[in-house]
Amino acid sequence: MAKLFPKSANKLPVQIIVYLCVVGCIATAAAQYYMTPKYTRVGYAPMQPVPYSHAKHVGELGLDCRYCHSTIDTAGAAIPTSQTCMNCHNQLKAASPALAVIRESYQTGNPVPWVHVHVMPSFVYFDHSIHVNRGIGCVECHGKVSEMDVVTQVKPMSMGFCLDCHRAPELHVREKADVFNLDSGTIAATQGIEAARTFVKDWNIKPPVSCSGCHR
Amino acid sequence: MRNAYIATLFIVVLTFSILGLRNRTFTKPPMDVFPEWLFPGMKYQPKLTQQQQSPFFADGRSDRPAPPNTVPASFGPAGQGVRSDDFLYRGKLHDGSWARGFPPALTLDMKFMERGRERFTIYCSPCHGAVGDGGGITKKYGMGAVPTYHDDRLRQMAEGEIFNTITNGKGQMNPYGDKLAPRDRWAVIAYVRALQLAQTGTVADVPEDHRAELGLK
Ligand code: HEC
Ligand code: HEC
Ligand code: HEC
Ligand code: HEC
Ligand code: HEC
Ligand code: HEC
Repeated sequence: MAKLFPKSANKLPVQIIVYLCVVGCIATAAAQYYMTPKYTRVGYAPMQPVPYSHAKHVGELGLDCRYCHSTIDTAGAAIPTSQTCMNCHNQLKAASPALAVIRESYQTGNPVPWVHVHVMPSFVYFDHSIHVNRGIGCVECHGKVSEMDVVTQVKPMSMGFCLDCHRAPELHVREKADVFNLDSGTIAATQGIEAARTFVKDWNIKPPVSCSGCHR
Repeated sequence: MRNAYIATLFIVVLTFSILGLRNRTFTKPPMDVFPEWLFPGMKYQPKLTQQQQSPFFADGRSDRPAPPNTVPASFGPAGQGVRSDDFLYRGKLHDGSWARGFPPALTLDMKFMERGRERFTIYCSPCHGAVGDGGGITKKYGMGAVPTYHDDRLRQMAEGEIFNTITNGKGQMNPYGDKLAPRDRWAVIAYVRALQLAQTGTVADVPEDHRAELGLK
């Protein structure tokens, strides 16, 4: 009887196993790289209805974050009302076509359809005020907004990202006066890690690391 | 076997060239491993939080505007009528005239002044300038109507009237009552008064034992 399979077929099972291993490795690497928030979310910069630029208003005019995000240190963060814009734009660039949407909203009272950039899932409890009042600057989670023309997500906002800081707050805390200053450095960077440890101890900063702290 | 490896390599290169590296900028909503259309309600509950849209209300927004003739609880007197302390909440005396001085319910101390300075720097200095001379950053861009605090009219103005200007705005200036709680408005007024004093003050106004700190004799 003629041989049904060539001799090399003996090696085939091994070759197939090796091949599947290689494919498995590639698939794992790809999932690690592409299926995490570091890839899916970082860089999200939606089209906004008004070409509002933080680089102009914060970087150039030097407005404080709280002028517009005025509830940030007491309640949650909120996008400012159109009246906040009209404080200045009733006199500056009052006829600019770029601001037509704002003027219409101011007159009718309907909201401006801003697109949310950062959104937490409903099963996570997050509050700005505790972070802001305990020495965590905006820049830790939002990057240099003061240099962005369009707000872009720069941090993954994944559970690992939150925990990295909650486990080692001394690397991230800064002086209370620097929280809203995006160009300031952390205490660890400017005064050394020992000063930061003392700060964390003096202020009794104990971020939650147990599940129920954030999933409540 | 070789062909299988070549095909795999081809797929890898193809995926890579389509998906690219991390840190690109994109405008479409982020992809999700467990997308919302496949698992509705698992990640984002059908509940309303601040500043969202809702077809339930006629105007389509989740934040409800305050009903007429009400004030937010955090801004008003908890558990009392708004009119319980006209001086504190409206800057007026009982006969309706502007109140002078500061409400008795407040203690004017260093903490109060520091609070006033902080709030003034955030909300007023962009237009009125750090020293209140009307030379804020917006002047450079053509906002001409901003007055200086350092003229007699504003020095003589009753505190209650300034309170009203902050709460309800005046002329070209929009109200700031939504951003500053009543106590903060009084703190800002205290700081404005301090700025005015600083422009006209003399050595005689500084208490003896503090003169050395300022390098005065
Ligand atoms: C002149 C008003 C103004 C000031 C001052 C301002 N912002 Fe904003 N900010 C806005 C508006 C309007 C939006 C919504 C439009 C957008 O996303 O671009 C926004 C959006 C944002 C967002 C994105 C929110 C989202 O949808 O997830 C972040 C983060 C942010 N601001 C941070 C800051 C920080 C940090 C500062 C201070 C350095 C600051 N802003 C100062 C007006 C302001
Ligand atoms: C403190 C005053 C101030 C506030 C508050 C403010 N702006 Fe501006 N805005 C300016 C100035 C100053 C410019 C620059 C004008 C120029 O370049 O001549 C500007 C420019 C702009 C422009 C560009 C207009 C054009 O035609 O080039 C847009 C759009 C804009 N602002 C949107 C907004 C929005 C939206 C808000 C509310 C969240 C806002 N601004 C709040 C002062 C302000
Ligand atoms: C610890 C990280 C962290 C810090 C620090 C932080 N943010 Fe945020 N910010 C977030 C997260 C997470 C969200 C999304 C919240 C949500 O969806 O409820 C967010 C959302 C926002 C929004 C949008 C809110 C909305 O309703 O769409 C604004 C505006 C904002 N942040 C401004 C600021 C400003 C200004 C500061 C500095 C004072 C700041 N943030 C500091 C994590 C942070
Ligand atoms: C850069 C550092 C940092 C990051 C990033 C950070 N946190 Fe925190 N978090 C803190 C600090 C500091 C505290 C305050 C702890 C204290 O005062 O004892 C805190 C407190 C909290 C608390 C407790 C609030 C309370 O009322 O008890 C929650 C919940 C929380 N964080 C959630 C989050 C979530 C969710 C994220 C991710 C989006 C996050 N944090 C990211 C530093 C951080
Ligand atoms: C510092 C706050 C924090 C703590 C503590 C925390 N989580 Fe989370 N968790 C988050 C955030 C933020 C997300 C949302 C991540 C995202 O959207 O990518 C999350 C998401 C999850 C998810 C859903 C993941 C997904 O892909 O949908 C699970 C499951 C989870 N956490 C379990 C836990 C368990 C178990 C613990 C305790 C060991 C824990 N978490 C502690 C912040 C926290
Ligand atoms: C967006 C720019 C702007 C900001 C911010 C601003 N103002 Fe004004 N302010 C004006 C302008 C313009 C006028 C002139 C109003 C008029 O007479 O038409 C004015 C006038 C005034 C007056 C004089 C009113 C009168 O009777 O003549 C006082 C007092 C005053 N502002 C206080 C404040 C205080 C306190 C703040 C901070 C909470 C503040 N302003 C923030 C623009 C501003």
